Amino acid sequence: MRRSSPEVNAGSMADIAFLLLIFFLVTTTIETDSGINRKLPPMEELEDPPIIKQKNIFTVVVNKYNQLLVEEELSDIENLRSLAVKFLDNGGGNGDDACDYCQGDADLRSSDNPQKAIISLKNDRETSYKVYISVQNELVAAYNELRNREYLRLNPLDGMDFTEANRRFSDPRTNPEEKERLRPKLRVVKDMFPQKLSEAEPSKK
Amino acid sequence: MSKFKKKKTGDLPAISTASLPDIVFMLLFFFMVATVMRDSTLMVKNVLPAADQVQKLDKKDRVMYIYAGRPSSRYSDKYGTQARIQLNDKFSTVSEIGAFVLAERASKRQELQNVLTTALKVDGDTKMGLITDIKQELRKVNALKINYTTRIGDYSKNIE
Repeated sequence: MRRSSPEVNAGSMADIAFLLLIFFLVTTTIETDSGINRKLPPMEELEDPPIIKQKNIFTVVVNKYNQLLVEEELSDIENLRSLAVKFLDNGGGNGDDACDYCQGDADLRSSDNPQKAIISLKNDRETSYKVYISVQNELVAAYNELRNREYLRLNPLDGMDFTEANRRFSDPRTNPEEKERLRPKLRVVKDMFPQKLSEAEPSKK
Repeated sequence: MSKFKKKKTGDLPAISTASLPDIVFMLLFFFMVATVMRDSTLMVKNVLPAADQVQKLDKKDRVMYIYAGRPSSRYSDKYGTQARIQLNDKFSTVSEIGAFVLAERASKRQELQNVLTTALKVDGDTKMGLITDIKQELRKVNALKINYTTRIGDYSKNIE
């Protein structure tokens, strides 16, 4: 009579499965990338570009040695944010162009109001990417600083600033009612300080 | 005399753990299915620059990635040390970006095709010339929403 083989012990199966489970738990990354969002201009050229007054343009040039030229003056990146804030918040316009929420110096040689103010960024082909990102970061920071200020002034009871509100708005986990509540508030502040950041067309050589 | 004498009656039998592997396997399969592994191996050096004014890039299904940077050391003897573009799993030239974007766009669901974002994962030491070229190509195929993917940190980390 053939002896039946002993039953294989399945007790360690749970251990093996746990090992695999832990491996997958550890190796998988549920990371979300973050970065600076930008919108590129469409390819087609405008027929006749609108005429913009020189005083409403804030020029930033980064040359191939990664040096920064702000409004035709050599400058450090540490000062870029405050210079941009000063320019955007100037409010030097009169009449229709007046800006009633600006807190700047109302210098007649600087921008009329934030709607008209344009930041123009030009870089060389040899500029380093990280310097470019630093400049972009500081310019976005200037806008965010002003938007935060206005958001807090208009919605003092919200207990959060513009960047926090915007983060909540774009978070898919936020419930739709709150999104609808935030949408008009964000709209208002965005219209007060529209992000007008123009990048020069690459120069053809 | 036996120490392990069977008790006659009274108490309950031990709870069977036979179904424990099944439960664990169920969890295991859930994680295996739900997690998305990084779909392309990096062939370029990719130290992202730091920035703090960032927005999250949620919803992976509406993002396409363009990598750029110097070829990593394994590939540098074959591809040189000039910054290159990596699309999916291979090195590409600037002129291939248009076709790549159109192919990516076609592979997405209809309702997502207009809201796609292009994430530029570019090494910090790359020259802007390459990035300008990439941006021009993206404009040609009307992929206008871009995201400069960065690390979170102060910009002063970029300038050493």
